[in-house]
Amino acid sequence: MSENLLDKVMAESGQPLNLCYQCRKCSVGCPMVDEFDFPPNMVMRMVQLGMKDELLKSKAIWMCVSCETCGSRCPNEIRIAPVMDSLRAQCLAEGVTPADPVTVALHTSFVDSIKTFGRVHEATMLMKYKLKSKKYTSDLDVGLKLFLKGKIPIMPKKSKNVAKVKEIFKNAGI
Amino acid sequence: MGETYSYYPGCTSHSTAIEYIEASLAVIEALGIELKELPDWCCCGAASAHNLSGALALGLSAFNVAEAQKAGADLVIPCAGCYGNLAQADYTLRQDENERQRLEKELDFTYDKKVKMLSLVDLLARKELRPAVKELVKKPLTGLKVVCYYGCAIVRPGAVTGVDDTENPQRIDSLMADLGAEVIDWSCKVDCCGGDLGLTDAEKTTELVNKIVDYAVAAEADCLVTSCALCQANVDIRQQRLPILYFSELMAEAFQIGKRQSWWKKHFNNPANLF
Repeated sequence: MSENLLDKVMAESGQPLNLCYQCRKCSVGCPMVDEFDFPPNMVMRMVQLGMKDELLKSKAIWMCVSCETCGSRCPNEIRIAPVMDSLRAQCLAEGVTPADPVTVALHTSFVDSIKTFGRVHEATMLMKYKLKSKKYTSDLDVGLKLFLKGKIPIMPKKSKNVAKVKEIFKNAGI
Repeated sequence: MGETYSYYPGCTSHSTAIEYIEASLAVIEALGIELKELPDWCCCGAASAHNLSGALALGLSAFNVAEAQKAGADLVIPCAGCYGNLAQADYTLRQDENERQRLEKELDFTYDKKVKMLSLVDLLARKELRPAVKELVKKPLTGLKVVCYYGCAIVRPGAVTGVDDTENPQRIDSLMADLGAEVIDWSCKVDCCGGDLGLTDAEKTTELVNKIVDYAVAAEADCLVTSCALCQANVDIRQQRLPILYFSELMAEAFQIGKRQSWWKKHFNNPANLF
């Protein structure tokens, strides 16, 4: 139990979670709900109840694709996507093993690329992701086709302001 | 038109969305609209930064909003994902006093609310531009049956995007009708294709893509029309039943401008036999 979880998530997400009255509209329209261990309405209730350990270990927080369908339909105008962002950040900050390490490997490889070049360089980002996730063979055919169609450039294009980008990373503690 | 805007290309402009950018720039030039690329733009954080740190996602996007303000013109953002992130940062700067102060300090600027974030649909499918678009149509898309697929980022949340009807948006539909296409009403306009997990969970994204394409095929569409680079890539790569076109590619086809055949070859489902 964590009594502060609700306050923390409300502050970080800016969302009025205490207004949720369990109408379940979010879960009915969620395209990813079949992959969630707890559907979105249950995530809302678990935050209200301070069930931090269960939430930070959950698959639900990593399967949300931030499509904002739930948020745009909520009768109380609660956006769940920023709530998921807050829970994911807490999972990583507190050293909890994420339920979906492959997704985390992609996101960390992606932001590493931004930190290096100021922009994303797909070729090196994808190589790093493959190494981190150990998914060496998945979608190799797709990758090869994209490369042959000129859609995965070999040379990176750098932002002119990489120094400022690195500073933004530093301020965010990443 | 004599209009000038700032322009944020985004990282996919030189990779997965090359044909979208080339088609869009050709159409924009034909309409007499001038774009000036932001000189120092950086990645907005795409679909990844927000998963790891809200401060990182907001910082990267707000940096580009600050650059746009420095350039002094409304910012055109063709990539739907980039648009969603920059529009969200601009919304936060507008609405959240504490975050605004923190970001102003971090990015060393004073937010003045003067520069607007515009998706390519905001720019090209607005009401005022319709007469100019119709005038440029050389070969109407007569007989081409299209379903318009808006996806997530240019639509939701409505408070950020300014879209009135987030369940049934109309602007791409109206534009396609102006080009002479037969626009079919269907059920999946704003459904998510799962693009954010396209690289990590091919099985799930294929399931979501198949549902969308099932509905498009049931509606007897010849192709699906989108404005999102992630949707286009995801829905094009994960099925072999339907060509997925960018709306600006169809504008270029109706205007008969640009290297259209070379753009079509970059698709996984080549749409050449539609024209």
